[in-house]
Amino acid sequence: MLSIFRKSPLGDRALRQFPGAGTFAHGVHPPQRKEMSADAPIEIVPTPGKVILPLQQHIGGPCTPLVKARQKVTFGEMVGKGEVHVSASLHAPVAGIVQKEAMATLANGRHMPAIVIKADGEQLAGQELWDKLYGGLWPQKSYQTLAPEKISAEIHNAGIVGLGGAAFPTHVKITPSEQKPIQALIVNGCECEPYLTTDYRLMVEAPEAIVAGARLAARAVGAKKAYIGIENNKLEAAAALRRAAAGAGVRIAVLKTKYPQGSEKHLIKAVLNREVPLGGLPSDIGVAMTNVATVTSVARRVMRGIPLTHRVVSVTGGGIVEPKNLLVPIGIPMGRLIEYCGGLKKTAARIIAGGPMMGFAFTNPDIPVTKGTSGITVLDHEEIRKVEQSVCVRCGQCVDVCPMNLVPTRLAMASRCKDLNLARKYNIMACFECGCCAYSCPAGLPLVQNIRTGKALLAAEGRN
Amino acid sequence: MTPAPLTAADTTLHVAPSPHVFNMRMTVTRMMIDVLLALLPVVLAAIYFFKWYAVKQLLICLIAAVCAEAVFSRLRARPLRLGDMSAVVTGFILGLSLPASAPWYIGVIGSVVALGVGKMVFGGLGMNLFNPAMVGRAFIMIAFAGKMAASGYLVPGSGVDILSQATPLTLLKQSGQSTSLVPMLIGATNGSLGETSALACLLGGMYLYWRKVAAWEIPAGIFLSALLVGLVNDFLTPGSGWTFAHHLTGGALCFGAFFIATDPVTSPLTPTGKWIFGLGSGTLVMVLRLFSGYPEGLMFAVLLMNAVTPLINRWTIPRPFGGA
Repeated sequence: MLSIFRKSPLGDRALRQFPGAGTFAHGVHPPQRKEMSADAPIEIVPTPGKVILPLQQHIGGPCTPLVKARQKVTFGEMVGKGEVHVSASLHAPVAGIVQKEAMATLANGRHMPAIVIKADGEQLAGQELWDKLYGGLWPQKSYQTLAPEKISAEIHNAGIVGLGGAAFPTHVKITPSEQKPIQALIVNGCECEPYLTTDYRLMVEAPEAIVAGARLAARAVGAKKAYIGIENNKLEAAAALRRAAAGAGVRIAVLKTKYPQGSEKHLIKAVLNREVPLGGLPSDIGVAMTNVATVTSVARRVMRGIPLTHRVVSVTGGGIVEPKNLLVPIGIPMGRLIEYCGGLKKTAARIIAGGPMMGFAFTNPDIPVTKGTSGITVLDHEEIRKVEQSVCVRCGQCVDVCPMNLVPTRLAMASRCKDLNLARKYNIMACFECGCCAYSCPAGLPLVQNIRTGKALLAAEGRN
Repeated sequence: MTPAPLTAADTTLHVAPSPHVFNMRMTVTRMMIDVLLALLPVVLAAIYFFKWYAVKQLLICLIAAVCAEAVFSRLRARPLRLGDMSAVVTGFILGLSLPASAPWYIGVIGSVVALGVGKMVFGGLGMNLFNPAMVGRAFIMIAFAGKMAASGYLVPGSGVDILSQATPLTLLKQSGQSTSLVPMLIGATNGSLGETSALACLLGGMYLYWRKVAAWEIPAGIFLSALLVGLVNDFLTPGSGWTFAHHLTGGALCFGAFFIATDPVTSPLTPTGKWIFGLGSGTLVMVLRLFSGYPEGLMFAVLLMNAVTPLINRWTIPRPFGGA
């Protein structure tokens, strides 16, 4: 109760340079636990012996390999080409020799061919790598006359996808459009998943690259306004960005911390107070959205000519010996990162690619880091403690927390009974599986799992 | 290349679908315990005003309810789930809705019907359509009409003063007589065990609201509609001495609004649905009080609204975020 008398971080009017209320309706407040890795500066992981590059790390069509076994490749060379529009190319994150094509499994269970590169010869590593990718100056003046189409084409060539987790090809969104003119660009720095701190570290350590990338992306889509959305549990990042953005015309929107603020639709609501129509896209209401890490790769490509080869990954959680934030080449096996952080504690119970609300649990250490891997969260037995499963008493808790304003218990019931008409009537396809309902269910019901099944059944019915 | 050693030798790794973390603060059992804690002031008030009559009645209902749950679980060959405390809650609520003076078999039969017919035949906790305690109470009210009617509340010469007075709503119904507000508020009147003290119910209700166990929309809807109908009635029949305030503090309105109508299993899921449920229950209570042969109508009002709850759920599918 006392907290309402304290000065809210949002109280400062100067901060409120955005039309939204700084939040959205419903949602949950899971324990953040970001302190485990929040203050660990990004470390550069030594070049691994080999990298595994699955051919479809993104949403859309797989890419076609451009290299053969035993071929020599250099750092940043394109090794796979995304040929259809919604696809993304792949580039060699290490210099080396291409191995025989192999199959790789992703953390989400998908199995697909992959290009394997054995590191060989001199590598770009250590501080030099950091300076090239994120460090140094990002002079923006000369780039503000670049043609929007050119920026979009560069993004396409660099194989850039959304690094927040969804891995949607960025050039599809960040492109000038006649039919759907874009007024506002929002750069997503919410990182609302508990534990993860990759975006936070980037905002603190490389704010200039983010601001430069945000300006380029805004130019590419023709947006008059550009915002960077940050939750108020990351005030240090907000301060760093505000310094970097001074005079650049990029506004910093400080929002009330709540999960899932980083969801595209909910961030637009929080910043602009506008709703994306059901089943629609942000571009339908003149908004383009991309993530802070993604815009750094845009800036890197346009200003330094380097494609997407590396990313920052948090390795954190109560089950890891030494939580860290790491700059890693895409394709490095996850097991290597866990080893680099001192390995697992004896209490470790679950390894997750991504964060604990939406990430995928896995056990195979050979699974490679992909473009969409935002972190590895290792939870211990205490952290995954679950409410004992009982029965739905229709308490309505799931309704109260659903950010899409659905009735999760009904959707789960309809899915279990395969009543697809009922599921459709309750708008099952609007569910984006954020996990708020299952997180708060007092009966410990697997609501998200049931709803996922229902969505899959409905999608299968649509195909037939 | 050999796979990197990922696991410490004695670590077992689990996989499961997301989410991987859970809010442990609220469980179904904890909700039931919270209801029992909220009932505490009501129980204490009942014992204070009705002495050993209250103790005896509550114990009978409690034991009968728990035994009935056990027997019916056994009959249905289902695991016994007394640990979720829901049978205890039903036993207490039924006990608190009975007259202090009702003979022992009333409590026993009521509890057996409440748990058996009201809950277990539907499939147990979470499956029942009607509030179990009210099903039990409705059965005994019809089967043992005499024991549950106005005269059933009277025990002349019992040593407990208030048991020699007619209940405020009976006085109103039969002789148009009003009762002063203060005893109705604190509970120094005759009536069913838990319903006489409006203050104790309010205290418990505030606890439920604070713990977010009961939906606030339901009691709000009941009080609002009872207030409105009461005010209209005051306007149409002025000078009767019995005002809207008597309607709000009298009978089972407070007890029912906080503890009976808020049963999540038998009330709607969405906030809009809960408002409809509350407003409907409150209006029905007033209609029954003013126009039916019974002095009080809460039980029938709640049972009727329970019956339309599936319909209300259908009418109140919320507008999804971004929906038309």
